[in-house]
Amino acid sequence: MRPLPANFLLGAVLVSLVVGVAALSLIWTPHDPQTMSISTKFAPPSAEHWLGTDQLGRDVVAQLMAAARNSMTVALVAVLLGGSIGVALGLLASALGGWVEDAVMRLADLGFAFPALLFAIMLAAVFGPSLTNAVLAISFINIPIFARVTRASANQIWTRDYVAAARAAGRGRFAISRDHILPNIAAAIIVQATIEFAVAILAEAALSYLGLGAQPPASSWGRMLSEAQTLMYLAPQLAIYPGLCIVVAVLGFGLLGDGLRDITDPRLVRAR
Amino acid sequence: MIELSNLSVHFGHAAALRDANLVIERGDRLGVVGESGSGKTLLALCLMGMAPDSARLTGQLRIDGQDMARAAERDWQRLRSRRVAMVFQEPMAALNPLRRVGDTVMEPMLLHDGLTRRAARARALSLFEEVGIPDPDRRLRQFPHEMSGGQRQRVLIALALACNPMLLIADEPTTALDANVALRITDLLQRLARERQMALVFISHDLAAVARATEDIVVMYAGDMVERGRTAKVLGAPAHPYTKGLLGARPDAGVAGRDAQGKRRRLPTIPGTVPPLHALPLGCRFSGRCPAELPHCATQRPAFAQTETGRGAACHLLTEPRHD
Amino acid sequence: MAYFLFRRTLGFVLTLLAVSVVVFAVMNVLPGDPALTILGMDASDDALAALREQLGLNAPLVTRYFSWVWNALQGEFGLSHSFRVPVSELISERLPMTISLAVAGMLVTLVLALGLGITAAAQHGRAGDWGVMFLSQLGIAVPAFWLSILLVMLFAVKLRWLPPGGFAGWDDPVAALRSLILPTVALALVQSAVLARVTRSSALEVMRLDFVRTARASGLSRRRVLWRHVLPNALVPIVTIVGMQFAALVTGTIVIENVFYLPGLGRLIFQSISNRDLPTVQALVMLFAAIVVTANFVVDLLYVVIDPRLKARA
Repeated sequence: MRPLPANFLLGAVLVSLVVGVAALSLIWTPHDPQTMSISTKFAPPSAEHWLGTDQLGRDVVAQLMAAARNSMTVALVAVLLGGSIGVALGLLASALGGWVEDAVMRLADLGFAFPALLFAIMLAAVFGPSLTNAVLAISFINIPIFARVTRASANQIWTRDYVAAARAAGRGRFAISRDHILPNIAAAIIVQATIEFAVAILAEAALSYLGLGAQPPASSWGRMLSEAQTLMYLAPQLAIYPGLCIVVAVLGFGLLGDGLRDITDPRLVRAR
Repeated sequence: MIELSNLSVHFGHAAALRDANLVIERGDRLGVVGESGSGKTLLALCLMGMAPDSARLTGQLRIDGQDMARAAERDWQRLRSRRVAMVFQEPMAALNPLRRVGDTVMEPMLLHDGLTRRAARARALSLFEEVGIPDPDRRLRQFPHEMSGGQRQRVLIALALACNPMLLIADEPTTALDANVALRITDLLQRLARERQMALVFISHDLAAVARATEDIVVMYAGDMVERGRTAKVLGAPAHPYTKGLLGARPDAGVAGRDAQGKRRRLPTIPGTVPPLHALPLGCRFSGRCPAELPHCATQRPAFAQTETGRGAACHLLTEPRHD
Repeated sequence: MAYFLFRRTLGFVLTLLAVSVVVFAVMNVLPGDPALTILGMDASDDALAALREQLGLNAPLVTRYFSWVWNALQGEFGLSHSFRVPVSELISERLPMTISLAVAGMLVTLVLALGLGITAAAQHGRAGDWGVMFLSQLGIAVPAFWLSILLVMLFAVKLRWLPPGGFAGWDDPVAALRSLILPTVALALVQSAVLARVTRSSALEVMRLDFVRTARASGLSRRRVLWRHVLPNALVPIVTIVGMQFAALVTGTIVIENVFYLPGLGRLIFQSISNRDLPTVQALVMLFAAIVVTANFVVDLLYVVIDPRLKARA
């Protein structure tokens, strides 16, 4: 049994931590994240409030946990949504080839011209800032990424012998895509999805920081940082915790993705 | 001029090169033959100070009297290209694709010999002529991808000669080239060695090329020098069983031709393969494949026995009285 | 070669057009009624009708699109609702700020990333390599705005060496530069993380190639081989990544401007969002997207200039 790479293990640990906390927040937090108590604002860490309270007396730990939940949800939806569409487009491009493939790739190039932030800005200007808009914007940029990866991987599978055999046997391209192509590119897609999860978390945090994401009273690491920035002189510690959470989450998924890639990369597998 | 005394190269506990003894003088033309894994390339790299970082060298490697076996990289940089130079195997990717070949050839001259750009260019031009590149003025300005494999090999040879080294090592210079070009390159190297009074070490598994280009030869097997002597004598009347096997395996027209019935005669090959570095026998490393093996060959390492002046082989058969 | 240029330029123009269509569509088709958005729910029907007329909203969509593009090409972006001045004026006022930040950020990024990446490759397997890999992994995970806050807390709040934000104007060049230091550093640190990794892997790939061995055999020092032979060849794939980085640069600039309250286009966008100033937002989004597309186009061309092999194929 080959030893699992260090980045995979470390990533898995961090991811379990973050996802675990997020899941836990669904049923339990030390306090209600939204209960304000002005009299106990800026309280230092204590047995009651493990990391203290913020400017409105809200428990910091509870807020961080709720924010974790929001962050995971946004990332999950965005990656699933953008990923499904992207994979479908990529499979289509690869299966049909010709002008369809060219058209899809041109669309992908177009998608790359739009950073998520620009798209979110447009949606926010038009519909007003909201969490939904943030999710849509992040989904949008995932589409070309997954389309590209899927197409590249799928193209390689199409040249394999068993696919040629299936085609000779008269199986349709849709059936082949579903039964042969998809299972074989699953690994590459999962690796990409893990990495995009990390990107999505970062994007959500940036959007929330700018006010384009989760709106109050919903908790978000990004928004917590934006509020903390105005209080830098009074309570610098409030600017540290949410940032650390973001780093841990993004690092975790990033390492996990890298580790998965190392494990599933056929070149590296052969070298072992 | 260059002297190796019991030079050994170890990777961990495994000896990839064992007790190499060699003297190279100006004007010598030495061939080094053997299968891949015989240590011939490693020997060449040692002469350039370019053995892998994990290699441990023991013994002596004297260049102009100075022992370089464990010398620092900086000391080697002073010798490379000026005293010893090397032409490697694959010409296709051996030149910086972003640089004009003229600039590549001029670089060592500008650095080591402190020439002006004009002087360097003049020397590069004459080098291109010397190595037989037609229309040298135009070629100097070209990029590697605009040249054929044979031409690139000539450029590499010109590069090696840039600072007038006293030793040129050619590692499989003809393997990647087609037969005609290979022949011309072989003759070129020979001519250069003679005209410049330069030592040439010609490493190859192409026995025909070695026969053509060299006066002396060393046969290597699994890191050992198993036979040496004048090229003509060793190839004509080999003493070591391995050399005999190598010669038997030559795709020479006379051997691989058709037999009396017109059927293709099968090439005799040496049965078995070279064992990996950590699985070599304690004694003679050729034991296990040797057709004339004696019982103690596997456990006792044969000493190098001189049969005549400057000729000898490391084989028990030469020192044992025959048991008939 | 000419054919290659023609094809690339055509692609560039088409992409720009496609981008403009998307921007226009999102900003004008989706909203429903911009007049309502501007005047609010309580506005009278007459006021709404008048505004619609004034904004030319009653013309067919396609006509509106073409007139927008036509005007934009002449530098006419319409009137800003909130500032009541031409949008082009707002842009030209704030453009120098954004460009300074972006250019400074990119330069520092390049120097940092290339330097660290090559050094890591040279130290492959040793402490320096691991250090750079770890730092870059961290750099990718750290949000630019958090890093900015941390930098501000250290250098502005605690040490009081640099201002925590804002911009005093170009009249005092020293103060102006001081205001730009932290923003540039924050922008560069985050961007260089990705680029450093790419540089390192590209350099490692190149170091395995034969001509590096040839260079070493010519007696060149390790340093010379690294910087004169490995780096130029490693640049070829790096240039592609730099092109892709422009999208991140644009995002980063917008974010950083908002973190540090710098009066550039990034701040303007957000003020416009709050003010529901659609024409301004539309113009700015188009501008930023155009910058990204243009950057990719330039990178494409640069590619051919750097590598003589591609020039031959073109």
